[in-house]
Amino acid sequence: MAEQTGVLTGPPAPNGDTKVAPPRPSRFQGTLYRGREGMWSWVLHRITGVSIYFFLLVHILDTALVRVSPQAYNAVIGTYKHPIMGFGETALVAAIGFHALNGLRIILIDFWSQGTKHQRLMFWIVIALWVILLAGFVPRQMMNIFSE
Amino acid sequence: MTSSTIEAPRSPRPVARKRRVNWEKWGWLYMRGSGVLLIVLIAAHLFTNLIAGQGGVKAIDFAFVGGKWSNPFWKVWDTLLLWLALIHGSNGMRTIVNDYVSNPKVRKTMLIALLASSVVLLLLGTLVIYTFDPCPAGSLPSDLPSFCPAQ
Repeated sequence: MAEQTGVLTGPPAPNGDTKVAPPRPSRFQGTLYRGREGMWSWVLHRITGVSIYFFLLVHILDTALVRVSPQAYNAVIGTYKHPIMGFGETALVAAIGFHALNGLRIILIDFWSQGTKHQRLMFWIVIALWVILLAGFVPRQMMNIFSE
Repeated sequence: MTSSTIEAPRSPRPVARKRRVNWEKWGWLYMRGSGVLLIVLIAAHLFTNLIAGQGGVKAIDFAFVGGKWSNPFWKVWDTLLLWLALIHGSNGMRTIVNDYVSNPKVRKTMLIALLASSVVLLLLGTLVIYTFDPCPAGSLPSDLPSFCPAQ
């Protein structure tokens, strides 16, 4: 794991593997994965999770208005049709997309025997798939926001 | 034969404890199981509501919801979404509260608030889905789905 975490700087690993290059010195040396892909995926997973949670609370309540009256529901859903909310909706889909893809990465780290070994690569695969997903969604969403 | 006393071991024999349900383990598993299901549920939810219709969210109104919820398929779909997503989210928030709130009283209060709001929203949401009337009396016909009888 020396090449992944930058923790080990001492003698070669006990298994005699001398091919491992000494890790590049970094100002985060001595920490497990601070500042690396592992930390940022964790931070993003938390931030997106909390954001989606608070949207979910609002979304259950706004949908519950269908039980009050058609006018009440239409009035509230009308506020979602404002362009500013359209950008919020784009951010929501982006957050859900990251949380979903990184969630699959977490499941692979937990259940796949090679998961921890490839967690950094999988983070960049998550980012790549996320960019592709948004490349499909955002243009369509912008057309909807700016169409009359 | 001389009798010798054997010292009692330093650690007493552990009292056999009842095997308890490992809730943390089941919660951990739930996050992964519900997570995979939610990817499918939310993908279809977003596709039918934001992509498939004309104009995205602009196409959503009472008549749109009425049309969807006159189909039992979408009622079950949205019920699954409600329960799986809200429990997944509350359990995630529980983890975050446990991580950052060090004062035990504040922590307990927040966990209770989290549990209470989740129970209320689960009951409210389920009631709304299964007592929903797509053609409520006394509404403007222009607000209602096209299949509603003229009033």
